[in-house]
Amino acid sequence: MAGLTGRMSTVVKAKVSKLLDRAEDPAETLDYSYQKQVEQLQNVKKGIADVVTAKKRLQMQEKSLQQSVVKLDTQARQSLSAGNEELARTALERKNVAQTELQGLDTQVNELEDQQQKLTDSEQKLRAKIEAFRTKKEVIKAQYSAAEAQVRISEAATGVGEQMADVGLAMQRAVDKTENMKARASAVSELEEAGTFDDITQLGSGEDDIDRQLKQLSSQPEVDDELAKMKSELGQGGAGGAAQIASGEPGQPSESGQA
Amino acid sequence: MIVRISGEDQYRLADEDMPRLNELDNAVVAACDGGDEQAFAESFATLLDYVRSHGTRVGDDELEGSDLILPPADLTLAEAASEFTGEGLIPD
Repeated sequence: MAGLTGRMSTVVKAKVSKLLDRAEDPAETLDYSYQKQVEQLQNVKKGIADVVTAKKRLQMQEKSLQQSVVKLDTQARQSLSAGNEELARTALERKNVAQTELQGLDTQVNELEDQQQKLTDSEQKLRAKIEAFRTKKEVIKAQYSAAEAQVRISEAATGVGEQMADVGLAMQRAVDKTENMKARASAVSELEEAGTFDDITQLGSGEDDIDRQLKQLSSQPEVDDELAKMKSELGQGGAGGAAQIASGEPGQPSESGQA
Repeated sequence: MIVRISGEDQYRLADEDMPRLNELDNAVVAACDGGDEQAFAESFATLLDYVRSHGTRVGDDELEGSDLILPPADLTLAEAASEFTGEGLIPD
Protein backbone atom coordinates (compact mmCIF):
# COMPACT_ATOMS: atom_id res chain seq x y z
CA MET A 1 0.00 0.00 0.00
CA ALA A 2 1.49 3.29 -1.03
CA GLY A 3 0.40 6.65 0.26
CA LEU A 4 0.32 7.83 3.82
CA THR A 5 0.24 4.40 5.44
CA GLY A 6 3.05 3.07 3.29
CA ARG A 7 5.30 6.01 4.07
CA MET A 8 4.66 5.81 7.79
CA SER A 9 5.21 2.05 7.83
CA THR A 10 8.52 2.41 6.01
CA VAL A 11 9.83 4.95 8.50
CA VAL A 12 8.92 2.85 11.54
CA LYS A 13 10.18 -0.41 10.02
CA ALA A 14 13.49 1.21 9.21
CA LYS A 15 13.85 2.29 12.83
CA VAL A 16 12.98 -1.16 14.13
CA SER A 17 15.34 -2.95 11.77
CA LYS A 18 18.19 -0.65 12.81
CA LEU A 19 17.48 -1.58 16.39
CA LEU A 20 17.62 -5.30 15.57
CA ASP A 21 20.73 -5.06 13.42
CA ARG A 22 22.84 -4.02 16.36
CA ALA A 23 23.37 -7.52 17.64
CA GLU A 24 24.01 -10.75 15.73
CA ASP A 25 24.01 -13.33 18.50
CA PRO A 26 20.53 -14.31 19.83
CA ALA A 27 21.44 -14.05 23.51
CA GLU A 28 23.06 -10.69 22.89
CA THR A 29 20.02 -9.50 20.97
CA LEU A 30 17.77 -10.49 23.85
CA ASP A 31 19.82 -8.68 26.43
CA TYR A 32 20.44 -5.67 24.26
CA SER A 33 16.76 -5.35 23.37
CA TYR A 34 15.56 -5.67 26.90
CA GLN A 35 18.12 -3.24 28.27
CA LYS A 36 17.21 -0.78 25.51
CA GLN A 37 13.51 -1.12 26.29
CA VAL A 38 13.97 -0.39 29.97
CA GLU A 39 16.10 2.65 29.10
CA GLN A 40 13.42 3.96 26.76
CA LEU A 41 10.77 3.56 29.39
CA GLN A 42 12.82 5.93 31.55
CA ASN A 43 13.01 8.36 28.64
CA VAL A 44 9.25 8.30 28.30
CA LYS A 45 8.86 9.08 32.01
CA LYS A 46 11.25 11.99 31.59
CA GLY A 47 9.28 13.16 28.57
CA ILE A 48 6.07 13.16 30.59
CA ALA A 49 7.80 15.12 33.37
CA ASP A 50 8.92 17.72 30.81
CA VAL A 51 5.38 18.17 29.55
CA VAL A 52 4.12 18.58 33.12
CA THR A 53 6.82 21.20 33.79
CA ALA A 54 5.89 23.12 30.65
CA LYS A 55 2.24 23.00 31.66
CA LYS A 56 2.98 24.34 35.14
CA ARG A 57 5.01 27.18 33.68
CA LEU A 58 2.11 28.19 31.47
CA GLN A 59 -0.30 27.96 34.39
CA MET A 60 1.89 30.30 36.41
CA GLN A 61 1.97 32.73 33.53
CA GLU A 62 -1.81 32.51 33.34
CA LYS A 63 -2.06 33.44 36.99
CA SER A 64 0.18 36.45 36.63
CA LEU A 65 -1.72 37.63 33.55
CA GLN A 66 -5.00 37.33 35.45
CA GLN A 67 -3.55 39.59 38.12
CA SER A 68 -2.43 42.04 35.44
CA VAL A 69 -5.94 42.18 34.01
CA VAL A 70 -7.41 43.09 37.40
CA LYS A 71 -4.69 45.63 38.07
CA LEU A 72 -4.95 47.31 34.66
CA ASP A 73 -8.70 47.55 35.01
CA THR A 74 -8.28 49.31 38.33
CA GLN A 75 -5.64 51.60 36.87
CA ALA A 76 -7.90 52.50 33.97
CA ARG A 77 -10.69 53.46 36.37
CA GLN A 78 -8.32 55.50 38.50
CA SER A 79 -7.01 57.33 35.46
CA LEU A 80 -10.48 58.05 34.22
CA SER A 81 -11.60 59.31 37.63
CA ALA A 82 -8.59 61.59 37.63
CA GLY A 83 -9.64 62.85 34.23
CA ASN A 84 -6.75 61.34 32.28
CA GLU A 85 -8.49 59.56 29.44
CA GLU A 86 -5.34 58.95 27.45
CA LEU A 87 -3.80 57.00 30.31
CA ALA A 88 -7.03 55.09 30.85
CA ARG A 89 -6.98 54.09 27.19
CA THR A 90 -3.40 52.86 27.45
CA ALA A 91 -4.29 50.74 30.48
CA LEU A 92 -7.29 49.27 28.67
CA GLU A 93 -5.18 48.50 25.62
CA ARG A 94 -2.80 46.57 27.82
CA LYS A 95 -5.69 44.82 29.53
CA ASN A 96 -7.03 43.85 26.12
CA VAL A 97 -3.68 42.35 25.11
CA ALA A 98 -3.42 40.48 28.41
CA GLN A 99 -6.90 39.03 27.94
CA THR A 100 -6.11 37.86 24.43
CA GLU A 101 -2.93 36.22 25.70
CA LEU A 102 -4.91 34.55 28.47
CA GLN A 103 -7.18 32.90 25.94
CA GLY A 104 -4.17 31.66 23.99
CA LEU A 105 -2.58 30.28 27.15
CA ASP A 106 -5.75 28.47 28.05
CA THR A 107 -5.75 26.66 24.71
CA GLN A 108 -2.09 25.74 25.17
CA VAL A 109 -2.60 24.39 28.67
CA ASN A 110 -5.41 22.19 27.38
CA GLU A 111 -3.21 20.98 24.54
CA LEU A 112 -0.43 20.04 26.93
CA GLU A 113 -2.94 18.28 29.16
CA ASP A 114 -3.90 16.25 26.12
CA GLN A 115 -0.26 15.44 25.29
CA GLN A 116 0.37 14.39 28.87
CA GLN A 117 -2.57 11.99 28.77
CA LYS A 118 -1.46 10.48 25.46
CA LEU A 119 2.09 9.97 26.68
CA THR A 120 0.87 8.39 29.90
CA ASP A 121 -1.26 5.96 27.89
CA SER A 122 1.69 5.19 25.62
CA GLU A 123 3.94 4.60 28.59
CA GLN A 124 1.50 2.06 30.01
CA LYS A 125 1.29 0.23 26.68
CA LEU A 126 5.06 0.16 26.32
CA ARG A 127 5.40 -1.12 29.88
CA ALA A 128 2.97 -3.98 29.11
CA LYS A 129 4.91 -4.90 25.95
CA ILE A 130 8.22 -4.86 27.78
CA GLU A 131 6.81 -7.09 30.48
CA ALA A 132 5.54 -9.49 27.78
CA PHE A 133 8.97 -9.41 26.17
CA ARG A 134 10.67 -10.22 29.46
CA THR A 135 8.48 -13.31 29.89
CA LYS A 136 8.96 -14.38 26.28
CA LYS A 137 12.71 -13.92 26.58
CA GLU A 138 12.90 -16.60 29.26
CA VAL A 139 10.70 -18.96 27.26
CA ILE A 140 12.89 -18.51 24.18
CA LYS A 141 16.06 -19.13 26.14
CA ALA A 142 14.67 -22.32 27.68
CA GLN A 143 12.85 -23.88 24.76
CA TYR A 144 14.37 -23.07 21.41
CA SER A 145 17.50 -23.99 19.51
CA ALA A 146 19.75 -21.13 18.48
CA ALA A 147 18.44 -21.00 14.92
CA GLU A 148 14.82 -21.06 15.98
CA ALA A 149 15.45 -18.61 18.78
CA GLN A 150 16.72 -16.06 16.28
CA VAL A 151 13.35 -16.04 14.50
CA ARG A 152 11.32 -15.85 17.71
CA ILE A 153 13.49 -13.09 19.09
CA SER A 154 13.15 -11.13 15.93
CA GLU A 155 9.36 -11.38 16.11
CA ALA A 156 9.21 -10.42 19.76
CA ALA A 157 11.70 -7.59 19.38
CA THR A 158 9.79 -6.23 16.40
CA GLY A 159 6.63 -6.11 18.51
CA VAL A 160 8.33 -4.11 21.24
CA GLY A 161 10.49 -2.10 18.87
CA GLU A 162 7.45 -0.86 17.01
CA GLN A 163 5.83 0.23 20.25
CA MET A 164 9.03 2.04 21.19
CA ALA A 165 9.17 3.78 17.83
CA ASP A 166 5.56 4.79 18.28
CA VAL A 167 6.10 6.22 21.75
CA GLY A 168 9.15 7.99 20.34
CA LEU A 169 7.06 9.66 17.69
CA ALA A 170 4.47 10.72 20.27
CA MET A 171 7.22 12.13 22.47
CA GLN A 172 8.78 14.04 19.67
CA ARG A 173 5.49 15.64 18.72
CA ALA A 174 4.95 16.58 22.37
CA VAL A 175 8.42 18.12 22.55
CA ASP A 176 7.85 20.08 19.32
CA LYS A 177 4.60 21.48 20.70
CA THR A 178 6.20 22.34 24.03
CA GLU A 179 9.10 24.11 22.29
CA ASN A 180 6.72 26.23 20.23
CA MET A 181 4.83 27.16 23.35
CA LYS A 182 8.00 28.02 25.25
CA ALA A 183 9.09 30.40 22.52
CA ARG A 184 5.73 32.10 22.50
CA ALA A 185 5.52 32.22 26.29
CA SER A 186 8.88 33.95 26.61
CA ALA A 187 7.89 36.49 23.94
CA VAL A 188 4.77 37.27 25.94
CA SER A 189 6.61 37.71 29.20
CA GLU A 190 9.15 39.99 27.54
CA LEU A 191 6.37 42.17 26.27
CA GLU A 192 4.68 41.99 29.63
CA GLU A 193 7.79 43.00 31.53
CA ALA A 194 8.49 45.88 29.17
CA GLY A 195 4.92 47.00 29.43
CA THR A 196 4.53 46.76 33.17
CA PHE A 197 3.89 49.96 34.95
CA ASP A 198 3.64 49.85 38.71
CA ASP A 199 3.03 53.52 39.02
CA ILE A 200 0.77 54.60 36.25
CA THR A 201 1.52 58.29 36.78
CA GLN A 202 5.09 57.64 35.67
CA LEU A 203 3.82 57.00 32.19
CA GLY A 204 4.13 60.20 30.28
CA SER A 205 1.88 61.18 27.48
CA GLY A 206 4.60 60.30 24.98
CA GLU A 207 4.20 56.97 23.31
CA ASP A 208 7.05 54.51 23.46
CA ASP A 209 7.58 51.50 21.25
CA ILE A 210 5.75 49.22 23.63
CA ASP A 211 2.68 51.39 23.47
CA ARG A 212 2.72 51.40 19.72
CA GLN A 213 3.08 47.62 19.67
CA LEU A 214 0.28 47.23 22.15
CA LYS A 215 -1.99 49.42 20.08
CA GLN A 216 -1.39 47.20 17.12
CA LEU A 217 -2.01 44.07 19.14
CA SER A 218 -5.12 45.16 20.94
CA SER A 219 -8.44 45.37 19.26
CA GLN A 220 -9.27 49.08 18.98
CA PRO A 221 -13.09 48.79 18.86
CA GLU A 222 -13.07 46.67 22.00
CA VAL A 223 -10.94 49.22 23.81
CA ASP A 224 -13.25 52.04 22.65
CA ASP A 225 -16.30 50.15 23.87
CA GLU A 226 -14.79 49.39 27.23
CA LEU A 227 -13.65 52.96 27.69
CA ALA A 228 -17.15 54.23 26.88
CA LYS A 229 -18.66 51.71 29.29
CA MET A 230 -16.25 52.67 32.04
CA LYS A 231 -17.03 56.34 31.47
CA SER A 232 -20.73 55.80 31.81
CA GLU A 233 -20.19 53.72 34.96
CA LEU A 234 -18.14 56.53 36.40
CA GLY A 235 -20.87 58.94 35.36
CA GLN A 236 -18.71 60.73 32.84
CA GLY A 237 -19.67 61.67 29.34
CA GLY A 238 -23.13 61.88 27.82
CA ALA A 239 -26.04 59.89 29.16
CA GLY A 240 -24.43 58.32 32.26
CA GLY A 241 -25.58 59.33 35.74
CA ALA A 242 -23.70 62.61 36.11
CA ALA A 243 -24.43 62.78 39.83
CA GLN A 244 -22.10 59.91 40.65
CA ILE A 245 -18.92 61.73 39.81
CA ALA A 246 -19.47 64.39 42.44
CA SER A 247 -19.52 61.86 45.25
CA GLY A 248 -16.41 60.00 44.11
CA GLU A 249 -13.11 61.18 45.49
CA PRO A 250 -10.57 61.66 42.72
CA GLY A 251 -7.96 58.94 42.58
CA GLN A 252 -10.08 56.41 44.48
CA PRO A 253 -10.92 53.25 42.58
CA SER A 254 -14.54 52.75 41.82
CA GLU A 255 -16.28 50.22 44.05
CA SER A 256 -17.85 48.56 41.07
CA GLY A 257 -14.42 47.97 39.58
CA GLN A 258 -12.48 44.72 39.26
CA ALA A 259 -14.14 43.00 36.38
CA MET B 1 -3.35 -8.26 8.81
CA ILE B 2 -2.32 -6.01 11.71
CA VAL B 3 -2.74 -2.27 11.39
CA ARG B 4 -1.40 0.19 13.93
CA ILE B 5 -2.82 3.64 14.48
CA SER B 6 0.16 5.53 15.77
CA GLY B 7 -0.39 6.87 19.29
CA GLU B 8 -3.36 4.53 19.77
CA ASP B 9 -3.47 0.78 19.27
CA GLN B 10 -2.87 -2.11 16.92
CA TYR B 11 -5.89 -3.70 15.25
CA ARG B 12 -6.39 -7.04 13.53
CA LEU B 13 -8.22 -6.67 10.24
CA ALA B 14 -9.46 -9.32 7.85
CA ASP B 15 -7.89 -9.53 4.40
CA GLU B 16 -11.28 -8.66 2.90
CA ASP B 17 -11.06 -5.27 4.57
CA MET B 18 -7.89 -4.36 2.70
CA PRO B 19 -9.31 -3.17 -0.64
CA ARG B 20 -11.60 -0.70 1.15
CA LEU B 21 -8.72 0.45 3.37
CA ASN B 22 -6.63 1.05 0.29
CA GLU B 23 -9.39 3.16 -1.26
CA LEU B 24 -9.69 5.23 1.89
CA ASP B 25 -5.94 5.70 2.00
CA ASN B 26 -5.92 6.88 -1.61
CA ALA B 27 -8.62 9.41 -0.76
CA VAL B 28 -6.44 10.81 2.02
CA VAL B 29 -3.47 11.09 -0.32
CA ALA B 30 -5.61 12.85 -2.93
CA ALA B 31 -6.86 15.36 -0.35
CA CYS B 32 -3.31 15.85 0.86
CA ASP B 33 -2.00 16.47 -2.66
CA GLY B 34 -4.83 18.90 -3.30
CA GLY B 35 -3.91 20.83 -0.15
CA ASP B 36 -7.52 20.79 0.97
CA GLU B 37 -7.48 21.01 4.77
CA GLN B 38 -11.10 20.00 5.32
CA ALA B 39 -11.11 17.16 2.81
CA PHE B 40 -7.91 15.91 4.39
CA ALA B 41 -9.31 15.98 7.93
CA GLU B 42 -12.51 14.23 6.87
CA SER B 43 -10.93 11.52 4.74
CA PHE B 44 -8.26 10.83 7.35
CA ALA B 45 -10.87 10.52 10.12
CA THR B 46 -12.88 8.13 7.90
CA LEU B 47 -9.81 5.97 7.34
CA LEU B 48 -9.05 5.75 11.07
CA ASP B 49 -12.68 5.07 11.97
CA TYR B 50 -12.76 2.23 9.47
CA VAL B 51 -9.79 0.59 11.17
CA ARG B 52 -11.23 1.12 14.65
CA SER B 53 -14.68 -0.21 13.75
CA HIS B 54 -13.64 -3.14 11.53
CA GLY B 55 -10.61 -4.27 13.49
CA THR B 56 -10.14 -6.13 16.75
CA ARG B 57 -7.75 -4.52 19.19
CA VAL B 58 -4.47 -6.38 19.70
CA GLY B 59 -3.70 -6.93 23.39
CA ASP B 60 -1.02 -4.78 25.03
CA ASP B 61 0.87 -7.91 26.01
CA GLU B 62 0.97 -9.37 22.50
CA LEU B 63 4.23 -8.89 20.69
CA GLU B 64 3.22 -8.50 17.06
CA GLY B 65 4.72 -6.32 14.39
CA SER B 66 2.25 -4.36 12.26
CA ASP B 67 1.80 -4.83 8.54
CA LEU B 68 0.68 -1.23 8.23
CA ILE B 69 1.13 1.83 10.38
CA LEU B 70 -1.18 4.81 10.20
CA PRO B 71 -0.13 8.26 11.42
CA PRO B 72 -1.61 9.68 14.65
CA ALA B 73 -5.19 10.99 14.62
CA ASP B 74 -4.16 14.59 15.30
CA LEU B 75 -1.95 14.69 12.23
CA THR B 76 -2.10 18.05 10.44
CA LEU B 77 -2.13 18.52 6.71
CA ALA B 78 1.29 20.18 6.94
CA GLU B 79 2.70 17.16 8.77
CA ALA B 80 1.10 14.76 6.31
CA ALA B 81 2.59 16.67 3.42
CA SER B 82 6.10 16.49 4.79
CA GLU B 83 8.04 13.33 5.54
CA PHE B 84 8.14 11.85 9.00
CA THR B 85 11.77 12.66 9.55
CA GLY B 86 11.84 12.63 13.33
CA GLU B 87 14.31 10.34 15.03
CA GLY B 88 12.07 9.51 17.94
CA LEU B 89 13.29 7.14 20.60
CA ILE B 90 15.32 5.04 18.23
CA PRO B 91 18.02 7.16 16.65
CA ASP B 92 18.50 6.99 12.90
